[in-house]
Amino acid sequence: MAGVKRVLVDGAAEGPCLHLSRPICFWGGLDPETGRIADPAHPEHGEAVAGRVLAIPRIVGSSSSSQQLLECMRRGIGPAAIILGAEEVILAGAVLVSREMGWGTIPVMIADLGGLRTGSVVRISEGGQISA
Amino acid sequence: MELTDEERRILSDDAQSARAMALRVVADTGRLMGAERLVPIVHAHVDACVYFADAGVLFAERLVELGGQVAVPSSLNVGSLDLVRQGLVRTDGHARDMSRRLMDAYLALGCASSWTCAPYQAGYRPGLGEQVAWAESNAICFANSVLGARTNRYGDFFDICAALAGRAPMCGLHVTENRRARVLVDLTGLPPALIAEESFYPVLGTWLGREVGSDVAALQGIPADVSEDRLKALCAAAASTGDVALIHVIGVTPEAPDRAAAFAGAAPEAVLSPTVADLRAVRDGMGGVAGQGIDCIALGSPHFSRDECLALARLSEGRRFSVPVYVCTRLEVYRDLGPVRAALEAAGVEFVLGTCVVVAPVLRSREGTLMTNSGKFAHYALSTTGHRSAFGSLADCVASAETGRIAREDGPWLG
Repeated sequence: MAGVKRVLVDGAAEGPCLHLSRPICFWGGLDPETGRIADPAHPEHGEAVAGRVLAIPRIVGSSSSSQQLLECMRRGIGPAAIILGAEEVILAGAVLVSREMGWGTIPVMIADLGGLRTGSVVRISEGGQISA
Repeated sequence: MELTDEERRILSDDAQSARAMALRVVADTGRLMGAERLVPIVHAHVDACVYFADAGVLFAERLVELGGQVAVPSSLNVGSLDLVRQGLVRTDGHARDMSRRLMDAYLALGCASSWTCAPYQAGYRPGLGEQVAWAESNAICFANSVLGARTNRYGDFFDICAALAGRAPMCGLHVTENRRARVLVDLTGLPPALIAEESFYPVLGTWLGREVGSDVAALQGIPADVSEDRLKALCAAAASTGDVALIHVIGVTPEAPDRAAAFAGAAPEAVLSPTVADLRAVRDGMGGVAGQGIDCIALGSPHFSRDECLALARLSEGRRFSVPVYVCTRLEVYRDLGPVRAALEAAGVEFVLGTCVVVAPVLRSREGTLMTNSGKFAHYALSTTGHRSAFGSLADCVASAETGRIAREDGPWLG
């Protein structure tokens, strides 16, 4: 699959895709204790992010989205990778802090989300190759 | 990324120090943003001091253990505990302890005890062209737009790293070229009476966040004497529904004295002209219908200024509220209100100090309807408190608080 625009945090990962159909703010949008989409108004409300390749069209709103992601990574219930549809650094910043804290790191990249379907297995290799 | 000799020395001298750890995060963030170098900053505004989960506390305490001290003056956003009334925030022992530990850690790192999401109204006002690193979405947008200071949309944790490192990546909105407007929002066709409404600004912001997102917009048609509190409401709403970090208001904000300056001489890539009907639909979507029951009023997102408290006091004279009216503000505003404070409290206002009702569990129930004049509260009420939102002007909120039912002046919104 083509369409990787930029690798933000490099790494390899594989997992079933969860493609969010609308932009999200993790504050109020991701429960840091359960790793589930928590905003009742979001179409993917209730879905768990753990182990999944999370495709997000856009991160909107609060600068606290990094707090929810870091807690999920600390608890081992974070996503396997994050593929963003638009430029943003709040989530990648949380992954860098997780690395510094010894809680692990995941690949984060900006790409065309077109071919990514919820449920299909997505493989990411180092250097930013995505295959679905 | 080209690091200076000093930066390389910080990283190599003691790789385990807090400053080295912070600089690694800032430099790596710069690399992933495509920056070629770092830029010294004069101020940081830190949002990571609000407790949502233990990870943030452990990170802050690690920075303290490793000897961290901010390298530039740094202000703090809201905490998760009320600064005066201990029982106001309904948290259990663990959350209370962790909130306290988090606040203490950020003070130990050398941040100022400002505890506000409107630092720009608390004396933290970096000037035109000054490089800063701010978190808190509304404050980022205000700093860029109204003050003309320069920051990207930084997140929690990066904020304290930039404060410790004294640097930010030289890219994005730190760079002159990226600050020019791309999208023209032409408001000159709207009725002046609508633009004169206080509630126009949070509604316009809500619309702007959805329609324009991270593209830099310039607004044409806002009166030159628009108040800072209205610009605050505009920025906060836009930065809630979208990833908005900079809005030029032509004839008002410092980088947009006129249209040519806002666009740096270039033509707009797109022109949007929202109609009264477009904005009315946005307002209706922010919740509430006349006559509907409400459970509380929430004001002060961003934190209420002294002027807003005084406006509330004028509207509240002779009234007695039948539902709680929460006013979120900073400690100094509350202390300086004098007799106005007693009058507001007598009418039924509950002040929430140094925190707010959507980041800390203050509301008496986990469901219900919350009425507000804030686009930001309207946007986050459901996902953070379980309350449906209802939106109206400050006068609407006061009238509704008296009866417990939504009273709304539609006036100019009818077009």
